[in-house]
Amino acid sequence: MTIDDRSRRGPRTSAHELERYAGLFAARTRVMKSSAMRDLMAITQRPEVISLAGGNPDTTTFPPESFAALMSHMAAQGTARALQYSSTDGIAEVKERIAEVMAAEGAVVDPQDVLVTTGGQQVIDLMCKTFIDPGDVIVAEAPTYPGAIPSFCAYQADVVQIGIDADGMLIDELEETLDRLEREGRRPKFVYTVPTFQNPGGVTMSLPRRRRLVEVAHERELLVLEDNPYGLLRYEGEPLPTLLSLDGGEFVVYLGTFSKILSAGVRLGWAVAPPPVLDKLNMAKQGVDLCSSSLAQMFVATYFAERRWQDYVTELAGLYRRRRDAMLDALAQSFPPEATWTRPQGGMFVWATLPDYIDTTDLLARALEERDVAFVPGRAAYLDGRGGSSMRLNFSGSREEDIREGVRRIGEVIREQVGLYGTLTGARPAADEPARRAPDPDLADVLELPRRDRGGRRSDAG
Amino acid sequence: MSRVAVLKGGRSLERNVSLRSGARVEDALERLGHEVVGIDVGHDLVARLRDERPDVAFVALHGRDGEDGTVQELLEIVGVPYTGSGVSACMRCMDKVVAKHAFRAAGIPTPDFHSFSEAAFKQLGAAEALPAIEQRLGFPLVVKPADQGSALGIKFARDAGEVPAALVAAFSYSERVLLERHVDGRDLAVSILDGRALPVVEAVPRGDRFYDFESRYEIGATAFECPARLDDATTAAAQDLALRAHAALGCGVFSRVDLMLGADGEPSVLEINAIPGLTETSLLPQAADAAGIGFDELVARILAPALSA
Repeated sequence: MTIDDRSRRGPRTSAHELERYAGLFAARTRVMKSSAMRDLMAITQRPEVISLAGGNPDTTTFPPESFAALMSHMAAQGTARALQYSSTDGIAEVKERIAEVMAAEGAVVDPQDVLVTTGGQQVIDLMCKTFIDPGDVIVAEAPTYPGAIPSFCAYQADVVQIGIDADGMLIDELEETLDRLEREGRRPKFVYTVPTFQNPGGVTMSLPRRRRLVEVAHERELLVLEDNPYGLLRYEGEPLPTLLSLDGGEFVVYLGTFSKILSAGVRLGWAVAPPPVLDKLNMAKQGVDLCSSSLAQMFVATYFAERRWQDYVTELAGLYRRRRDAMLDALAQSFPPEATWTRPQGGMFVWATLPDYIDTTDLLARALEERDVAFVPGRAAYLDGRGGSSMRLNFSGSREEDIREGVRRIGEVIREQVGLYGTLTGARPAADEPARRAPDPDLADVLELPRRDRGGRRSDAG
Repeated sequence: MSRVAVLKGGRSLERNVSLRSGARVEDALERLGHEVVGIDVGHDLVARLRDERPDVAFVALHGRDGEDGTVQELLEIVGVPYTGSGVSACMRCMDKVVAKHAFRAAGIPTPDFHSFSEAAFKQLGAAEALPAIEQRLGFPLVVKPADQGSALGIKFARDAGEVPAALVAAFSYSERVLLERHVDGRDLAVSILDGRALPVVEAVPRGDRFYDFESRYEIGATAFECPARLDDATTAAAQDLALRAHAALGCGVFSRVDLMLGADGEPSVLEINAIPGLTETSLLPQAADAAGIGFDELVARILAPALSA
């Protein structure tokens, strides 16, 4: 350590430090949530662990030669520009490419209505910053994207979660909840949804529900934040229109990202919003980072100019599809009959639910300690303590053999716990033999989700 | 000046906390003028110790392996003196059941309990005994993994229906669990340093949630009172009890004794941590500070006996 280091750190640290900082922290930090299982997650990083916990796309398939060539072209054409600030709304070429990507999903947008952001995650944060005063309501799905929760909490939002089934968010329940909120004098600011291949649920909102959701937004003059990172990663079934196209750009704010179709590491996403909303988001962004990385934007612009981006997406979709199939097969082979899980038509996640006496946070501890395998405990996707017996399994980030082995190991731990519970209660587990449930074509699309809250109780608050 | 290996990290569930303790200890040791080698404990521990040839090891590990005597045993074999308690004391502290039996034998009050292995339920039909246990301990009762250092896996069962799931949860962390009478009272910690009890710390959870794993380490989630607001007699009783417990398990230069102060004003001992946390939010550094012992001095005093060993 140098002398400079020493003087900067001060002569002595004392336990008083804690209280000194505690007095300075903003009130909102009290409700900030770091992921509840952060310490458990720290050990999933061990190299011997098969982690089905991540939300990672597979970047190993991107050819290094292509990457090198793109970078040198970029350097030849625009080093000074790549190293410079750019405008807050984003570089024009990138916005045009975004319009092109969205057209591939049937959404027609004017590049002028696009705000380039630092990852799709920034859109969630900017939406909260722009719309949420402490105590304002955000309506989200139950379960919801775990990564949105820290943003919601940091702005002291009151999050109300609406159940989902195989067809996505339960719109009836949404309307009942909106009525109740209205009676209580609480006005939700926006409905946050991942309608396509939901994270973590893996389900997709049906067309009738999409239509109805957009109608509800219009009737109640309520914004919808459509988070659509996975739409182009469809492995079967017909594409559905985005909420944005159904809405015509009045009440839907659209969130897109390059993370799943090119690279999560470039940290580029975007928002499409009605002009007045876009202006506010732009102002909010100025305070956060002035502009998203010019370097990353130039890389994306060069990539789109020189490569057929759809080819890479098609390649990724083929890869993930095989991995999804491997996971669904492994689940049918290895999970006990008491377990249920979703069957996603695209995206990156399967959501599995175990009997309610199994707590998946505790299960994770055992799975990590004894079997070197990890997943995300379901509680991470709720703000109200529900989800305790569910888990999110990622299939995009692991090789097929690791997926099979990982699911097999998790299945073993679950069976042990089911067996132990049976011993403790005198009940017998539903079956001792692995349930070799062949994929029944009639049942293939039936999604099994946990029963709705038995008491009909809904979460009022986070 | 000595060459000090700081052992941290490891593969226990408390890895993150240990990394934070270790980093802080490393800084303090450098300020004290020592040459510091940080070792994230893994498969290569023995090899690294032989390569690095430290004069002494500062064990900043928490939980399994680091706090249960395993790493201490390896250090003895390699011949590196180390901080804190020896192998046998670590083993007694880590296993709450062994510790509680030792407390009982020494006449130290500890909440009533029963303990079972997973095998007892699977092979000996111990489930049959649950109603009798529940009747004896009453509800709510606390179900704990026997050898998990943090609050992970600790569950409250409010009635008989909740006991099996609580047991399944606790068995996720340990092959042995204990069912313990719930003591309604105040959560106290008395740290021991150099044979002396430091000021009592009280952990007051914010809101009504159980003092869980997250809040234990998260700034602002739990309020700590140090010294705890207790009358002199109660403070003295808690400190005296902590010293006796520390001695009963044969702990070394430091430890942290967790107690419950019952509604009747009587303290009882829950457990002892052989290597308590040394993070910014940990209780031992706070207690030492309240006694006028800064973090660097604390680290120096923990190190001293190992240096002269």
